[in-house]
Amino acid sequence: MRRLLPLIAFVALAVLLFAGVRMNSGKDTSAIPSPLLGKPTPAFSLPVLGDPQRRVGNADLRGRPYLLNVWGSWCPTCRDEHPHITALAKSGKVRVIGYDYKDTPEDAQAWLGQFGNPYEFIVADEDGRAALDWGIYGAPESFLVDANGVVVWKHVGAIDDTVIREQIEPKLMQMGAAR
Amino acid sequence: MLPELGLLALILALLLGVLLGTLPLVGAQRGHAALVASARPLAYSQLFFVGVAYAVLTHAFVVHDFSVAYVATNSNTLLPTMYQLPAVWGAHEGSLLLWVTILSLWIAAVATFSRSLPAPVVARVLATMGWVSVGFLAFLLFTSNPFARLLPAAVEGRDLNPLLQDPGMIFHPPLLYTGYVGFAVAFAFAVAALLDGKVDAQWVRWSRPWTNVAWAFLTLGIALGSFWAYYELGWGGWWFWDPVENASFMPWLVGLGLLHSQAVTEKRGSFRGWTLLLAIAAFSLSLLGTFLVRSGVLTSVHAFASDPARGLFILGFLALIIGGSLLLFALRAPTDDKGQPFVAASRETLLLANNLLLSGAAMMILLGTLYPLLAEALDLGKISVGPPYFGLLFTVLMAPLVLLVPFGPLTRWQREQPAQPLRMLAPWGALALVVAAIVFFRWPQGTAKTAAAWLGGAWLLGGTLRFVWQRVKQGKGRFTAEMTGMTLAHVGLAVFVFGVLMTESTSREMDVAAKPGQSFALRGYDFRFVGVERVQGPNYRADRGTIQVSRNGAPVATMLPEKREYASGGALMTEADIDGGLSRDLYVALGDSLGPDGSWALRLYVKPFIRWIWLGALLMAIGGFAVVFDKRFRRPVASP
Repeated sequence: MRRLLPLIAFVALAVLLFAGVRMNSGKDTSAIPSPLLGKPTPAFSLPVLGDPQRRVGNADLRGRPYLLNVWGSWCPTCRDEHPHITALAKSGKVRVIGYDYKDTPEDAQAWLGQFGNPYEFIVADEDGRAALDWGIYGAPESFLVDANGVVVWKHVGAIDDTVIREQIEPKLMQMGAAR
Repeated sequence: MLPELGLLALILALLLGVLLGTLPLVGAQRGHAALVASARPLAYSQLFFVGVAYAVLTHAFVVHDFSVAYVATNSNTLLPTMYQLPAVWGAHEGSLLLWVTILSLWIAAVATFSRSLPAPVVARVLATMGWVSVGFLAFLLFTSNPFARLLPAAVEGRDLNPLLQDPGMIFHPPLLYTGYVGFAVAFAFAVAALLDGKVDAQWVRWSRPWTNVAWAFLTLGIALGSFWAYYELGWGGWWFWDPVENASFMPWLVGLGLLHSQAVTEKRGSFRGWTLLLAIAAFSLSLLGTFLVRSGVLTSVHAFASDPARGLFILGFLALIIGGSLLLFALRAPTDDKGQPFVAASRETLLLANNLLLSGAAMMILLGTLYPLLAEALDLGKISVGPPYFGLLFTVLMAPLVLLVPFGPLTRWQREQPAQPLRMLAPWGALALVVAAIVFFRWPQGTAKTAAAWLGGAWLLGGTLRFVWQRVKQGKGRFTAEMTGMTLAHVGLAVFVFGVLMTESTSREMDVAAKPGQSFALRGYDFRFVGVERVQGPNYRADRGTIQVSRNGAPVATMLPEKREYASGGALMTEADIDGGLSRDLYVALGDSLGPDGSWALRLYVKPFIRWIWLGALLMAIGGFAVVFDKRFRRPVASP
């Protein structure tokens, strides 16, 4: 019996790893949609980057659709994504709000200083606690939220012109039509 | 055409692996001499075909064949020549090919250096390693083909990850893999012994040198990786308890336990079951590391592009290899420990303590590494286990080890009067305590940790030298290669412990916004920021800062940290400048531009004795290699 213990321990480990792989396959293929889709945004209250006294929550964002763009100064892909986000914000088609994820205010400000700040404002989630509710796994990720505060679209990874043209703009059109 | 040839070579290598795994094994079990003799030729031909595949991929990088997807993703024409060869293992597919190549090399090495062993043993060992190679070749072919074509071919490739464009990159992965894969030899010997049913001390004597070499390579690989992280990543630290670092550290710890338990089993016949289990565990943890890095189960700075299909494949492979060998262990491991009896006060007991502490540390790291996964699976939310957990538990487990190390060599096998080693070591312990007390009260800005550095370092060094003195004084028997290796490794541990604790307790860092001409004082050094200029590298542009460092008015160094922007992909890299020295490193990293007046964010560090960490690891590795030259291992089969 004693000699079976290592085998038993390994089987338990293998089951855990199997569960890990399965969980991960849901995470990596965007085929499985975010559980938030069609639901209201999770309750949150986060300080605004550069103005920590001011806090923003769901209620403050009601009324107009917005794109919540999760980024961080530590995230190389965000740098690739940044010009596209800037272009989208400049086009005025939708409000673009930044979500600074697991970052320090200093690094974030320096990064914005270097690459420009297209966001209407940025909420700062330094420890990534609020991100758990949003189901944010990393950066970049983006959420499109309608005027009623319902998540209508989520994208994991960088947004580029194709995504804007083929996914974001049609969603915005639908929302416009529904209004 | 060539890439298809490479693919063909891999397929042939896979088939040869299947033959290598089957024919010699059948031969050994049935006593069929011709089948047994097929092991060596099969091993060499497999190496040949794997080598061809490797050469083809390297060639594709050198001639910039961007019709191969892997080449197009991981290199471009601007990539400096010295990085074209390491670029082969710059990402998942190629590094897996490197892994397989190293495995084939180990298999061929075992085939070559096992002439004095009984043929059936060699056949079983090579067959076991053959099955391991089949698993990895199948993994390569079915999920990660490095020769996949890109149609139409790219005109220009993307770049090798700039992080990897560093001389450290040339050596780190091959050394690490050589260590990982090397544990396959001890594993194969253990499995062969179990298959044979003759689990005696003999198999251990045969596998000991291999374990030592593998462990020494792993030590070098990890140390170089740590040095690379310190030097290249601009993080300023040397160890981060990152899941992938942990993945390499677990087999290292268990491998170290294995080294010591093999010594007991070989010389005294005790701990036979335990040594078998450790041999299986060391390689299993190497495989687990591969799984963790490549399946995307854990997030880490090192993680390769994650792919669940790959994860499932390796998991299945793990289940077969580890599950199979543990099942074999459960069925065949010796029930009785026929070793020579020993009492509580003996070297056996000390080595048992060593083993328990080292495997306990490995278990603790395994738990900490997998805990986030466990929490997620049980729906406890996403949790990460940070350095505080690892740092605390590791210290708690390693402190007794440091205390016990000097006793080991001075204590006799079987039975010892505890007073004997205590009397020999007492003066050294007292000396270490006095030194620590002086340091505690006199060292500028020192803490208890600074004192602990001197206490641990002096105790380990003094205790180890006491053993050397004992051998010299007694003059009985020569100083064998095994003892030399042990002494070097234990001195290495002393240097390492001293380096770690000194660095951690006396390093100072400073984040500053520096205007040109401004000076900053840190730990007696004066850092003067001169300014930043634009420079052009072969495949990047950079901002290069100039900082002049002086001490008491005398110039010490001119430091030139850079911030590089690579031409392809626009990746930004911090290239810190380090002025290294035996007693301290000065480290300057360039942050961001803070405005038109030429001021920049700078990060300054003074890190005393940090080089001792890697110096200690180097000594340990040299010690590991040295043991192999012990004459005992070259003696032909002795009667047990």
